[in-house]
Order: sequence, then structure tokens, then C-alpha cells
Amino acid sequence: MLRYYLKLGLLSIRRTPILSTLMVAAIGTGIGACVTIMNIEWAMGANPIPHRSELLFAVQLDSWDPYEAWEEPNEPPPQVTYRDGTALLAAERARRQVLSYKTWRVLQPADEAQRPFQVISRSASADFFPMFDVPFLYGGGWDQSADRNEERVVVIDRETNETLFGGENSVNRTVIMNGRPYRITGVLDDWQPMPKFYDLNNRSFDEAEQVFFPFSVSIADELSSSGNTNCWKMPDGTGWEAFRNSECVWMQFWVELHGAGERQEYLAFLDAYVEEQKQLGRFPRPLNNRLSNVGEWLEWNGVVADDVRVLLGLAVLFLVVCLLNTIGLILAKVLRRRGDISLRRALGASRLAIFSQYIVETAVIGLAGGLLGIGLSWFGLQGIRALLGGAPMTNYLTEIDWTVSGFGIALAVVSALAASLYPIWRACGIQPAAQLKSL
Amino acid sequence: MQNISKIYRTESVETHALREFSLTVDEGDFISVTGPSGSGKTTFLNLAGLLEESSGGAYELDGRDVSSLHDRERSRLRNEKIGFIFQSFNLIPELDIFDNVDVPLRYRGFGRAERKARIDKVIDIVGLGSRRHHLPSQLSGGQQQRVAIARALAGEPRMLLADEPTGNLDSEMAESVMQLLEAINADGTTIVMVTHEPNLAARAHRNISVRDGRIDNGAPEAALSVATGG
Repeated sequence: MLRYYLKLGLLSIRRTPILSTLMVAAIGTGIGACVTIMNIEWAMGANPIPHRSELLFAVQLDSWDPYEAWEEPNEPPPQVTYRDGTALLAAERARRQVLSYKTWRVLQPADEAQRPFQVISRSASADFFPMFDVPFLYGGGWDQSADRNEERVVVIDRETNETLFGGENSVNRTVIMNGRPYRITGVLDDWQPMPKFYDLNNRSFDEAEQVFFPFSVSIADELSSSGNTNCWKMPDGTGWEAFRNSECVWMQFWVELHGAGERQEYLAFLDAYVEEQKQLGRFPRPLNNRLSNVGEWLEWNGVVADDVRVLLGLAVLFLVVCLLNTIGLILAKVLRRRGDISLRRALGASRLAIFSQYIVETAVIGLAGGLLGIGLSWFGLQGIRALLGGAPMTNYLTEIDWTVSGFGIALAVVSALAASLYPIWRACGIQPAAQLKSL
Repeated sequence: MQNISKIYRTESVETHALREFSLTVDEGDFISVTGPSGSGKTTFLNLAGLLEESSGGAYELDGRDVSSLHDRERSRLRNEKIGFIFQSFNLIPELDIFDNVDVPLRYRGFGRAERKARIDKVIDIVGLGSRRHHLPSQLSGGQQQRVAIARALAGEPRMLLADEPTGNLDSEMAESVMQLLEAINADGTTIVMVTHEPNLAARAHRNISVRDGRIDNGAPEAALSVATGG
């Protein structure tokens, strides 16, 4: 009977083209608005490293101002000081740990005809690559001895390799960075974790860095951060040494831990470390250390902006208004077809048969509305992209997601069915004899 | 039917459409029902066809008490045992002849081959074999009524209920439809026909006259028919 009901549904849609078009338009507009905002929220809340997100933990130590929390009511700062970062790194109490920060560098192509260009780079300890499962096109990262020995080694991304070496395997070749030679140990394959979970300072949807080199080298070269640096009190003195020993936070520290036991142990270690530092007159606030896995970290940083959630709420309300209109339209359609229903009832259709017929017809209309909604959301996302410019972040956030689209179509069908329940219930109540004389 | 009554109620008005209405219809019978407008003819037909529920009394169809069946069972009985022919044909305009005749068979749950065989057969019986894929709007009134008859016959019902089947037709077409009904009856199908036209009523095996929701005992033939149960 499903095919029969499908045929009847299509015939009915053809028989009432204006009402049917209005219904599809009402559902499509509501779904379009919802799917547009859902796409953005979905992209913002996406898990950038799903297979490891439960193993990676951002470390927060509350080394902040005793009189004013980093963020009320009692949130610790999102970054660590140089002193704490290097101490935790040296302690090696986790399976892996990485200390890193963002900084700018200037690359000099081997071909002197080419002009030097600025690259965004990351100074990181060796575990950065295996911990964050960074894919390599050629070679690999460096080891901990390179960190210890301040070796001038570098990993470049695919695009930089294209620019400098035409895409060839450049491992062991030399690149000049800020006038100093660095040996290339690896070339990254495409890698753009979105959101950029390992450093959510500045913008959460920035592109990954183009160049990576050892943390120890950047410290030796006295390279400051090009990300956020926050201090609750001035350094004791001037110069690089004073800055390194200050209470300013400017580095991101991550650890890899497997299971609740390791997490608990590491948190105990952090508390012990802070208690020890308190003896030295640091950490004036009460113990308030945190370990956040990737999902918790994105949530803590409010990666999905509140205004997007408000917009989503408004879009859902708009969908509800569209569905209320749809209820009226379906009711009008059903009442126009009283004669047909009455006749079918006389010829042997049960209430269930009439219910099934109109449910299938409504599902077809919901499906059409869903497809229209996906089309409208595509235009909506393109409009947002055009409005905000073609930055990588905008492109990422406005990319249509087929999971969300599939959900949108399912939502359209379910919404249409929900909207049709009252009208169809009315239709099922039409008596077989009600309209036969007046037909 | 035994002492059937039907009362329509609104907030302020109570209308007795049928009162103590008793009638027995035998298998193979051809009964005409006459009476003035508003006398209760169509109400009787609706109750007989299980299109409405009575307010009181007993109704046995094919030996089974059908007075208090649920919707699903009433729908099944309508579909299997009763064929309807309406004054205004009541064809579905967007379906062609074949699909119109197919409607009751779909609800019967027949397979495709069974349905096709039945539809072909009844369309041939009503003489529209060459027009099976025409839309109702492409047919004359008489032809449309023939389609309606084919639809009523397709399920091979025990009883045809016809509500003024020639009311919208000219005399020539009415005669043609009447001859078709007589032929169907001759093949053994019971027919109950409501009509305003005395000459058509006279062609039935017997006639009952309805007035004010009751069988009109002033009409001698009707009184005799009801009293003897046919």
C-alpha cells in the first residue's frame, strides 16, 4: 500500500499545487534557517581530534592574582608561566607532555631571487607531533635529544614546502629562518584541526602554524610569544631573564593520560607541585588546578559562541512558527478533500487507511521542504561567507555539513508529520456519509 | 433491519430521520425505495450501507449482527459486501477509469493480478473496455455512472445500494443504466435503489415508500412487502 499512498500523495500535491507549494515553502524556510545556524554550531563544536580527544588534557594552574580570579567566579588562567611549564615538562609525569607557544618567523628561500617571507610558527617540545597525531608527508618530527641540545631543526607544512622546494622531499635540506640555518626533519601533510584546540588564544579557528621548531631553541633565541601574554603583576626587573621568571602566562601545556586513574594521579602531582611552589612564596590563591580533555577544553573556552546558541534558539522558534502555518495549510488541504475522504471511507477505507494515506503525503511534502531547506541553507551559508570575507575560519564555519543536512531533512519530515497530526486526526473523523450527497 | 431509528441531534434540535424502521431484504431481490424529499430514504440507505450508525434497533447483514461493530470491521464489511452507486457518480477526478475502479480493491488487499482481472472484467461488463485510461472528465454522465457501477461491482458485493442512480442523467442514459442494473440483478446481485421516478421504481421486484422516517403503511404494496419480509 505504501506505493499506492505515495502515488495518491503525488496526485494530491499536483491537484492542490498552491497549497502544497506553500507548505513546502513554509517547512523549507524554517528548516533552511535552522540548518544554516546548526551548520555553524556543528562546525564550532566539532571534535578536532576524535580518536584522541579523551586522552589529551590541557593543564591549568591557578597562579593568578590573589585578589581577583582570572575569570569570576574562580577560573584559573588558560596558559602557564615559563617557570611552571618547563618544570612540568621536565618532571615527565605524564605519558607524553608538550609545552608550546606561537611566534612569528621570517623564512629566507634558498633561491636568492625570492624575497623572504613571514611565517606563523610554533615553538614546541618534541612530543607535539605524536601527541596530536600530526600527519607527515615526508620525514617526521624531532626527538627529545634535539630539544635538550637546542638543535636547529624544523618541520614545515606542505604549502611552505611547495613554496620553498616545489613540493619535493626536502627532508635534511636546510632552510634559513631569521638568518639562522635549520635542518628540515619533516614536511607535514594537510593538517588543520578545527577548532585549533591546542591553542585557543586569539581565534579558535585560526589555521595551524606553517613552521614548527624546538621549544629550547626559541627560548635560547629569546623569542617572545605572538599569541596572548597576560601578567597579574609586573616582572621583577627587565629583560628576557626577568620575563621568564615572571608570573606572566603565555604558554600552552598539554599532557597525554590514559584513564581516570592517570588523570587523578596527575592532578595530585599538580597539587603537590603547587603546594611546593607555595612554600617559595608563589601561587597565592587556593589550590585550583584543572585538567580538561579536548571536549571539556572547547567548552571551557566557549568555542561555540553564546550568540550562535541564541541564534539557533531563534531559528528553532522560527521553525515552530513555520510549522504552525503548516498546520493551518494542511488543515485547509484536508478540509478541501473532505469529499475524497468520505468517498474512500464509503468504499472501504478504514480510519487507519486514511491516516496512512495522509501521513505518506505529508512525509513527501516534508521531504520536499527539507530539500528546499538544505538549498536555502546553502545560499544562507554562501551569503554569510560573502559577508565575512573568505578567511579560512569563515570558509570552515560556512562549509555545508552533510550530517547536519541529513539531520535537517529528517527534521523536516518529522516536523511535517508532527504538524499534520491534528489535521489528519480531523480527517480520520470525517464520516463516510458526510459528503457523498454534496459531491 | 428491525425497529431501526436514527436521530440527528444538534444543541437545540433533535431530528428523527428514521423511526421504528423494519425491513427484510432477501438475496437476489431488487427493491426500490421512494418517498418525498426529507422522508428518510437516504438515511435508510446510509444505515443499510454501514455509512452511519443507527440510534437504536437491530441490523443483521448476511446473517450477522452489525449494529455495534468497530470502525475497522464496518469498513471491511462495506468493502466486501456492499457496493455503492451515487447520484453524482462520485468518481475521483484525478484518477483514470481503471484507477477509480481499483479504489475498493486496494482496500481489500488484493494482489496486482487479481485486481487487474477484476477491473478488466467489470469494465467490459459496463461496456467501457476501450476507455479504461480516460479520466472521468472525458466521459459523458452516463458513462461516468457506468464507471461507478463497475467500481461497485468490482468487489463482487452481496448487495448494491443505489441512491438515485439516474437522477443526473437524461432519459436515454437513465434507461441504459437501468438496463445494466437489471442485468446485474438478473445475475444474482441484490439491489436496493432509492429513486424519485415512479416508472423506474415500478421496474423493481418490489417498492417501499418512506414517509416521515417510517415505511408508509398507506401504500398497500409496501405494507405487504414489509409484512411478509419480501
